[in-house]
Amino acid sequence: MSATDETEAGLGGAARGSAASRKSATAGSAAIAAVGVAGRSLVPDRYRGFFQQAMVLATLVVLFVLFASVNPAFLNWPTISSMLLAAVVTGVQALGLCFVIATGGIDLTPGLGMSVTAVVGAQLMVAFHLPMAIGILGCVLCGALIGTVNGFLVAKVKMQPMIATLAMMMVCWGMSLVLSNGTNIYLREIEGYGKIATGHLIPGLPNAVLIFAVLAVVAGVLMGKTSVGRYALAIGSNKEAARISGIKTVRWEIAMYAICGVFTGISGVIMSSRLNQAQGLIGQGYEMYAIAAAVIGGTSLRGGRASIFGAVIGAITIQTIFTGLTFIGVADQWQKVVLGGVVLVAVFIDIMRRGGKEE
Amino acid sequence: MTDMTADRRRPGPPLLEARAVSKAFPGVKALQGVDFAVRAGEVHALVGENGAGKSTLMKILSGLYQPDAGEIRVRGQAVGLPTPLSARRLGISVIHQEFFLMAHLTVAQNIFIGREPKLPGALFLDDRLLNRKAAALLERLGVDIDPRVQVGRLTVAAQQMVEIAKALSFDSSVLIMDEPTAALTQSEVETLFRIILEFVSESAAVVYISHRMEEIKQIADRITVLRDGQLVDSRPAAELEIRDVIRLMVGRVITAGARPEPRSAKADTVLEVEQLSTATLVKSVSFDLKRGEILGFAGLMGAGRTETARALVGADPKTAGRVRVNGQPVKITSPADAVAKGIGYLSEDRKRFGLIMRQDVVRNITLSSLPRFNRFGLLDDHAMNEAAESFCRLLAVKTPSVHQQVSNLSGGNQQKVVLAKWLERDCDILIFDEPTRGIDVGAKQEIYDLLRRLAGEGKSIIMISSEMEEILRLSDRIVVMCDGCVTGVLANAEATQENIMELATRFCHREAGDLNAAA
Repeated sequence: MSATDETEAGLGGAARGSAASRKSATAGSAAIAAVGVAGRSLVPDRYRGFFQQAMVLATLVVLFVLFASVNPAFLNWPTISSMLLAAVVTGVQALGLCFVIATGGIDLTPGLGMSVTAVVGAQLMVAFHLPMAIGILGCVLCGALIGTVNGFLVAKVKMQPMIATLAMMMVCWGMSLVLSNGTNIYLREIEGYGKIATGHLIPGLPNAVLIFAVLAVVAGVLMGKTSVGRYALAIGSNKEAARISGIKTVRWEIAMYAICGVFTGISGVIMSSRLNQAQGLIGQGYEMYAIAAAVIGGTSLRGGRASIFGAVIGAITIQTIFTGLTFIGVADQWQKVVLGGVVLVAVFIDIMRRGGKEE
Repeated sequence: MTDMTADRRRPGPPLLEARAVSKAFPGVKALQGVDFAVRAGEVHALVGENGAGKSTLMKILSGLYQPDAGEIRVRGQAVGLPTPLSARRLGISVIHQEFFLMAHLTVAQNIFIGREPKLPGALFLDDRLLNRKAAALLERLGVDIDPRVQVGRLTVAAQQMVEIAKALSFDSSVLIMDEPTAALTQSEVETLFRIILEFVSESAAVVYISHRMEEIKQIADRITVLRDGQLVDSRPAAELEIRDVIRLMVGRVITAGARPEPRSAKADTVLEVEQLSTATLVKSVSFDLKRGEILGFAGLMGAGRTETARALVGADPKTAGRVRVNGQPVKITSPADAVAKGIGYLSEDRKRFGLIMRQDVVRNITLSSLPRFNRFGLLDDHAMNEAAESFCRLLAVKTPSVHQQVSNLSGGNQQKVVLAKWLERDCDILIFDEPTRGIDVGAKQEIYDLLRRLAGEGKSIIMISSEMEEILRLSDRIVVMCDGCVTGVLANAEATQENIMELATRFCHREAGDLNAAA
């Protein structure tokens, strides 16, 4: 009996599971004390998470070695630092997505949501001549609003997350074109705005990377050390059990989408600062990279399992593939094909490790 | 262990009471004015047939359902239980047959979900304290489970201990357990009983819902019997023998003279099943079916009747067993094989497995026999309509036209459409799984007449039913199952509600387990 069988039993299929264990019961009579854990895998239970993260990190290292061996120029700091900078937007969105995916949901709005938030922030500063702090705040709040609406549609109205956020993605798409009048909003006039992402508080390290690192720590603590993460995983594991345990699942589920929205808003600030402009279509396709980053990092789309560290490494891995392939002279068009392959391999390895069954 | 109830506890004041509680669902009176009281220090067994109202009562007492009438009292105070959480705050916890655990979280996280200890500042979780508290709780239960292990990796027995630990962590004074031993081995049952007895001695009480009479005799201080949503009797366990309990459970009066005429035993055997087993539940099931016979399958929920039928027709894999149709050994590994041998299975869940609800009557009836309507690669609509219309006349399907979407038909007519599908496919052996589930009373009679007519015309029928009356009225012979085994085959003339129920509660697996171990 593999771990997955019991997982299903725990999820409410007790009748089926019980029948199976009854069969083992007839084979011999082990005392309860001896039947705690069924089935042992190679990796002890407590270190499974650690092992998973080590695998993800190892993949990234292998990629680095691979690219560097073809073109040693790949391994210099300016390259790496610009690569990290390019990974930030995907990374920040993946951090937020982890909370939604942990509940068993999905959010397709990070990409075009980023466009709207960037445009809203930019218009506040350019069209309304408001201070930069207000612009940034507006950008983040706009993200939170999008996330809250997503969460409301999913948790309260009971829409399927894929459908609700697909519709919201289109709303964002249109709204970002409406609010920007379909043109670029240049932010060069806003003093210091560009420095948010591209300045260097620490010499040699773009601020955006620093912000990403701080956000990753915040997300990691939220996921691992507070009720937020605990309830996200509980909802993704067995929503009904969580509800019966007295957790206000609707409210918490909305909160997860709102958190994801806040991260989307922050990615909007970083993106518009990096480009020194905002326009309607800058976010197109980014949601796919963010989802891929979370999946490469070992977050399960079925919910109940999420890794913030994995999402960070996942985002860096994606950018490494893009930059690395450019370095070794592989044409642009092929980069996405390779990325798709990497996602498939990551999921496949994960399934193998679990003994051929998706959890 | 048998005399553990002997000089135990004098029951104390009532901890939890239901007074004249009623609850109705569309078409069913699930509970009618039921009184029920659990006293401190007692293990109170709640028994009854399928549909007697046990789970409805349990759900009302635990805040999952609201009663239509009557009141709930906790320690003498009238209370409302609007949610499971409110019941739990008053000290009432339920351990459902299906566990409510979060497989990806650890044992400790599950036990204290929603009540996690926090570090000073109330922002961060204190997982160290969490694990310590869980470990202390599990130690009190005397079970050796690591609180840091993911619950999904535990056996069912261990998961149940986690559920119990969770209930205890709420300082529950009443623990309601629904078939708690269904998944346990003998030694695990003993551990559970030890825990139950320790628990009730602390001026607490357990409501123990089970079909296992031996265990009830062993553990219960008081037995309450429900039947058809009404209280039948509630007495100290010492005053009741197992056969009394069974008599009280089934004591419904069934109109005489409705039984089928005894048939001559000369008819040929059309189906023989020998030693059929599955990986999950079914254990060495053997039976035979004669031409023109209705063979009833009786048993309680989870007895393995549906599983036997599904394995027989190849819907689920068999691990052992031989099947002969008309004396010829056959190999059935998929439902398509079964259909090719003339065996049709009418699922208990028509909506999921029997019909394509969003298509019309014609398409449903002809679905299994499309090749027959094939004309040069195209389907012959005209022939299909004619076939469907003739079946609708034959079976008296009430539908405005054969192009009506089946989701718009009543339950009884939907059942006829499924039947027509198998008749169109020339099935001579028909397996009806709960043929009248969700069908109103008038239409039931029509289905009964139809089954008899089909049998009269030489079709052979297996009828799985949880309704005693249906079984006794229609079956020529009755196979009774319990816990995956056939516990008896009765001719209709010798069958009574009592002897069927006795066979249906004769749990075989533990003894069988010992035999297997010895072999």
